[in-house]
Amino acid sequence: MNNIFAVAGVVLKELYRRKDFYVLFIVTILICLVMASVNIFNDAKIVRYLKEICLLLVWICSLVIAITTTARQIPAERENRTLLPLLAKPLTRPQLILGKFLGCWLACGLALLCFYIFFGALAASREHQWPLLDYFQAAALHWFMLGVVVAMTLLGSLVFAAPSSNNTICFVAVGGILFVGRHLDQVALTLGEPMRSVAYAIFFLIPHLELFDVRDLVIHNWPLISWLYFSLALLYALGYIAVFLTGACLVFRRKAVN
Amino acid sequence: MSSPRPLLLLFLALQVFSFGLAAHLVPQFQAWRGSRSTGDIFNVVLGDSRRLFANAFFVKADEYYHSGYYPTMFDDNAAFQTAHMAADTGAVNDQNHGDEHGFLGPPRNWLDAFGRHFFPDRHTHLDAGGPEDDLSGSDNVREILPWLKLSADLDPDNVQTYTVTAYWLRERMNNVPEADAILHEGLRNCPDSYDILFELGRLYYESYRDTSRARNVWELGVRKWLKLDPDTQKDNRLIMEQLTTHLGKLEEEAGNLPQAIDWFEMAKTVSLTPDTIQQQQINRLRWQLYKEFNPLVRPLY
Repeated sequence: MNNIFAVAGVVLKELYRRKDFYVLFIVTILICLVMASVNIFNDAKIVRYLKEICLLLVWICSLVIAITTTARQIPAERENRTLLPLLAKPLTRPQLILGKFLGCWLACGLALLCFYIFFGALAASREHQWPLLDYFQAAALHWFMLGVVVAMTLLGSLVFAAPSSNNTICFVAVGGILFVGRHLDQVALTLGEPMRSVAYAIFFLIPHLELFDVRDLVIHNWPLISWLYFSLALLYALGYIAVFLTGACLVFRRKAVN
Repeated sequence: MSSPRPLLLLFLALQVFSFGLAAHLVPQFQAWRGSRSTGDIFNVVLGDSRRLFANAFFVKADEYYHSGYYPTMFDDNAAFQTAHMAADTGAVNDQNHGDEHGFLGPPRNWLDAFGRHFFPDRHTHLDAGGPEDDLSGSDNVREILPWLKLSADLDPDNVQTYTVTAYWLRERMNNVPEADAILHEGLRNCPDSYDILFELGRLYYESYRDTSRARNVWELGVRKWLKLDPDTQKDNRLIMEQLTTHLGKLEEEAGNLPQAIDWFEMAKTVSLTPDTIQQQQINRLRWQLYKEFNPLVRPLY
């Protein structure tokens, strides 16, 4: 475990040395503050549009951070010729993969913490309430969703040739799942065989990332999600993380490192 | 070394030519209807496509009215053909049918059933308390206003945006000055709109208690409606019924019973149920009128 945490620590340090997060965070703050300054019929209590814009930006920024940070991890090690010396140390290939995953996931978690604290402060400034449990559920589900994305991107970084192609494919896949993942079974009904079976197979195979998007519940102050279903959703995410990491370890075991 | 004079002259000639061409083209460009050089930022950036976005934001406002419980393009949206926030103003033809509570239908599979715990799954209206079912929070309907304002900015010719915005500002937010302002903005952009005149009349009548201004505005609305061609009139009978019925009530309250009867008679001609509501009101007013001249007469039943 120490080896895994050591690699994860290096990834974390890399995140706070790079400027990506700071730029995205400041842009989010600026856009939200500009939107908050808009006068809408002299009513200072209107807040949900602001929550929606803020959460949308948080989701976009977190996905950008997760995918771009993860996609460059192993290719960068290979390019800098540090992968071989790293593996020459008492560090196995699965440990390296797990360390990289943990580092990226924790980095996303830290970024999310900053974003959600800002979101909470922004919402509280208008609503004068702080539904901490709602925000905890939303942030936790968001973080576990990013775990799936990080694991998927890590696998992609071993399969695809360049980080740019991996980035593009991951963004398209994640965007596709978020927008139409929930309705793929309905789309399948409109198709003829064998496309219907293919669409159904895809529907049940893909990780349903849209399950973790509870923005509407937070924006419109719906009651808490049942803790049972909340826990099941986290388990669902852990299952997919395990699948992608196992795939990454298997691919990396046969991969030439020089 | 060659003299720079020919080059200088050529440069000057090109400058004169450019200036002349610009002076010739600018007035034509400004007079051209497709020009984006005039108007607000949305017109410059989006052109006519802004109307598409305006409609999307209008629907977004209705989605907020339902606290996020809204059908997607994949769901059965028969019960959401007319925005509920517009239908609830009472001045719009409601074309909704079907089950607004259960457009999702029964769960299709275990993933669908599981996923329904993670998004709004109950039909509520913000003016009726929203997800908390707390009627004291009905002023939360304010949350639809940013999207309506954006929709009105993007498409200034959409009458419904002004009337719906003004209705909710007045009814639930008690923000009559802002409702008045948005309706006048609507009238500037759509001067022939009888819908806006109807809403403006309601504002004068119900909020300012100014019957004479309400009467003037509603009568103007009736005149504008009567100028429509018969096909358009047929499609917009509800607003005429509302205008004439409100005028009838106004005249009745003012004690002008013959005038009130005339308005209810006119309402009958456009009503879908002429023999019930309007006829009852006409009978009642005729009886009152009759009683004024024959105070000894008693009703038979």
